[in-house]
Amino acid sequence: MSNSPPAPKPRTVLEARLLDEVIIFENQEAKSTGAQSLAPDHVPRQPQSGRPLPKQSILEPGTHSAFLQQRVEQLLFRQSELLDGKHWAAYIDLFEDDGIYWMPVAPEQTEWLDSPSIFAEDKRMMQIRMGRVTHPNAWSQAPNWGTSHVVGNVVIETASESEITVRSRFHMIELRRDNLRHFAGTYRHTLKVHGDAFKIALQRVDLLNAQAPFDYVLQIWV
Amino acid sequence: MQPLERLVESDRVHRTVYTDQAIFDREMENIWEKTWVYCGHETQIKRPGDFYAVQIGRQPMIMVRGTDQKIRVLYNRCPHRGVQLCGSRQGNTGSTFVCSYHAWTFHLDGRVKGIPLPHGYDGTRMNAQNPDCSMKAAARVDSYRGFVFASLCAEGPELIEFLGDAKIAFDDMCDRSPVGEVEIVPICHRVMQHSNWKFFMENQLDALHPSVTHQSTGIAAGRAERAIKAQGETPPLYYHYLSTFASSFDQWDSVQTVNFPRGHGILKGYMGLRPNDPDTQEYVAAMYKAHGEQKAEEYLGRSIHHVLIYPYLSVQSPLQQLRCLRPAAPNKTMSEIWHFRLKGVSDAIYRRALWYFNLVNSPATMINADDLENWTKGQWGLESTGSDWVSFHRNHGGDTVEGDVIYSKNGTSEAVMRSQFKAWVEYMRP
Repeated sequence: MSNSPPAPKPRTVLEARLLDEVIIFENQEAKSTGAQSLAPDHVPRQPQSGRPLPKQSILEPGTHSAFLQQRVEQLLFRQSELLDGKHWAAYIDLFEDDGIYWMPVAPEQTEWLDSPSIFAEDKRMMQIRMGRVTHPNAWSQAPNWGTSHVVGNVVIETASESEITVRSRFHMIELRRDNLRHFAGTYRHTLKVHGDAFKIALQRVDLLNAQAPFDYVLQIWV
Repeated sequence: MQPLERLVESDRVHRTVYTDQAIFDREMENIWEKTWVYCGHETQIKRPGDFYAVQIGRQPMIMVRGTDQKIRVLYNRCPHRGVQLCGSRQGNTGSTFVCSYHAWTFHLDGRVKGIPLPHGYDGTRMNAQNPDCSMKAAARVDSYRGFVFASLCAEGPELIEFLGDAKIAFDDMCDRSPVGEVEIVPICHRVMQHSNWKFFMENQLDALHPSVTHQSTGIAAGRAERAIKAQGETPPLYYHYLSTFASSFDQWDSVQTVNFPRGHGILKGYMGLRPNDPDTQEYVAAMYKAHGEQKAEEYLGRSIHHVLIYPYLSVQSPLQQLRCLRPAAPNKTMSEIWHFRLKGVSDAIYRRALWYFNLVNSPATMINADDLENWTKGQWGLESTGSDWVSFHRNHGGDTVEGDVIYSKNGTSEAVMRSQFKAWVEYMRP
């Protein structure tokens, strides 16, 4: 307001002090000090490290595409149900004879045999894992234990007559004894097409918290 | 806290050494914050400014490589108001640590570099000449064959004296390379144990537990191994890593332990890690060429499963991996799990060790799943007042003492725990 009344005379020292206001304006001439004076010579932060944009779905609108999408999704849903239902043998049967279940430690890893992994299992090793958890003296299986998976964000990246690659997201809650743990991340399945059926050649699982401390271990495939 | 002689007897210990907060605090003060603590490997921080956060007892520290290439261990704390200078576990800080709160800056050796508006400190005792303005450093830093340790106490034995004969952990690991060196694999698995740190240390040399604790995995792997053999194939060596866990009590009893002063020890080898396949032959030939036949055979012939450096390190030297404990509370212990690669060996030889890392030491381990369950239940059991004592009577009085080393005649002897508690009492004296 232009006609604001004059401020009353300060009655106390405090009131006088409070009238004394400095307003900081941008001043190009001012010498930069403090943090501004520090040239950042350390590494740029994630995600500037050159991680590529995720591939877009190859699917065009149309009946055929929608049908493929649906069939692939049904496989992913089936897989979740088999895991949550502890149908281990049926889960292993989803894989090709030379299929691989791989949970790398870092998303940058591309090679399952020569890099440290959380899981790196062929079908035979999966049989051993199944043998362990089903043995009556698998002591860690004595307490309550179960999981619940949700799979979504299903994107078909490539599809040919013989092979499909599909990316999806999962959330998994695990109950162990009286406690819940939460796991989330990305699946990438390489599926082989056998007529009307798909088999898993590679299931890659990138866990969001792969390098965070584990409060306990993972006993079975996520 | 009760007097030590009421807590530790020659054949049993009082349960509270695993559960009592006052005892844990004394352990932090008398052990972790005095003795040499493992920080990491020098290849973890290759370039100046590379740093890695390390917990020493209750102290958050930073291991950093300086512009002079020297490795230092500094308190992760700005001397101004205490804010941690590194907010991530690892990275490169350039040539300077910068405090995110008020922009105090520090050289990589911890010396203060800049204080904003420094005239604000004119006439005060906080000025750039005052050492209180710089980051505080660990009292001592030393390394052995590339493995870096720090001590927060200026007094005490040198690193080499602290390690004693257990330094063979690092010799055995490095000597298995034709160039005598290892390099870190830059992955650290961390698994929280809901138990006192002593459970892990005792378990490492406890040869009675594997065929009980790990029988489910051992049996499943043995079955798979036999099925492969029945098809006329040779099962991969790594199946054996799992199947040996189901060996008989008698077999385990034949695997000796060696117990050094200061609680260190060795569980001798049992897995037979030297098959006669083309990859191994090529590797042995390279070792002969590098070290001469006699030395190479000495290096390859050492019978070690793992070496314990008390109270926090288990080094599986023949497979180049180690686990380091960072105790957080009487009933909470963080374990850090690392893997190293022998320099100058083929991918096939690396892969052999990697399988063990993936199958036994990863967070999806089929082995430690049952160990962790035991230790959790062990901790809960000792928190109860059902009884006050933990028994270490097995083969008490029956071990061979040579100088200051105790050899257990029986692999399953609880000599291991008795030796560890002997060292513990020494550390815990006021």
